[in-house]
Amino acid sequence: MTNIGLEHYLVVSAALFSLGLLGAILRRNLLIVYMSLELMLNAANLALVSFSRFKDRMEDHISGQIMVFFIITVAAAEVAVGLALIVALYRKRASAHTEDLATLKL
Amino acid sequence: MTDLLFYIFSALAILCGLMVVANPFSRNPVTSAMFLVLTIVSLAGLFVLLHAYFIAAVQILVYAGAVMVLFLFVIMLLDIRAEERRRMKLFGIITGLGSVGGLACLLIRTIWNSGVGEGLNPTLEGETRLLGKTLFTQYLLPFEVVSILLLVAMVGVILLSKKELK
Repeated sequence: MTNIGLEHYLVVSAALFSLGLLGAILRRNLLIVYMSLELMLNAANLALVSFSRFKDRMEDHISGQIMVFFIITVAAAEVAVGLALIVALYRKRASAHTEDLATLKL
Repeated sequence: MTDLLFYIFSALAILCGLMVVANPFSRNPVTSAMFLVLTIVSLAGLFVLLHAYFIAAVQILVYAGAVMVLFLFVIMLLDIRAEERRRMKLFGIITGLGSVGGLACLLIRTIWNSGVGEGLNPTLEGETRLLGKTLFTQYLLPFEVVSILLLVAMVGVILLSKKELK
């Protein structure tokens, strides 16, 4: 019999979220900051899927997976727009580091 | 067997996530992208263990397929080799590690001590049929809104990628 409960999945999710937050804070490369954002979204997805698996009431228990479905779709759109922004910035500044993008004027 | 698979997949996910953020061997974004693919695949394995088969398939298809191809394409498009190594400020590393480590400790201790999963049994069987039925009845409006969002994103990307920005 399995003894992996909800807590185990939530701990893995929290660890992944912290790693993504660390990358978003520490790294200076815009692409790696974006990958860290993806990591955080994936951690949230893991938490949602595990909540939808471990649920005491039987009705309406698929909603977590539907939420994850929408998050994946929105994340794909967000990545497309964000990478287009990075490419446009790179054309202007010839750099993809956050330190070089510290002024408001283009 | 399921427990062993859980530990393997979660260790793989956390290790590869660490490699995405702080790779001690290489600062190349391509390496980070490859480790992100590994993280995503091991997360899909965890989804299969949670009986969310459709979500696992979508995860592999959309993330490991489409999104990562986009990432690699942009990495290859921007030639970032020239500015690979820069020194990171020690102050930033210490404060960042401290705050994020504190947050992680807080989250994990709270989850572990709150007993959030006590008395809960894994009830949901991952029925793709149920998911589709709910998606197209109860969640039909969000589904259509998401399609509009994708259209808007597509138009925006085309506009942003044009040569001269007005």
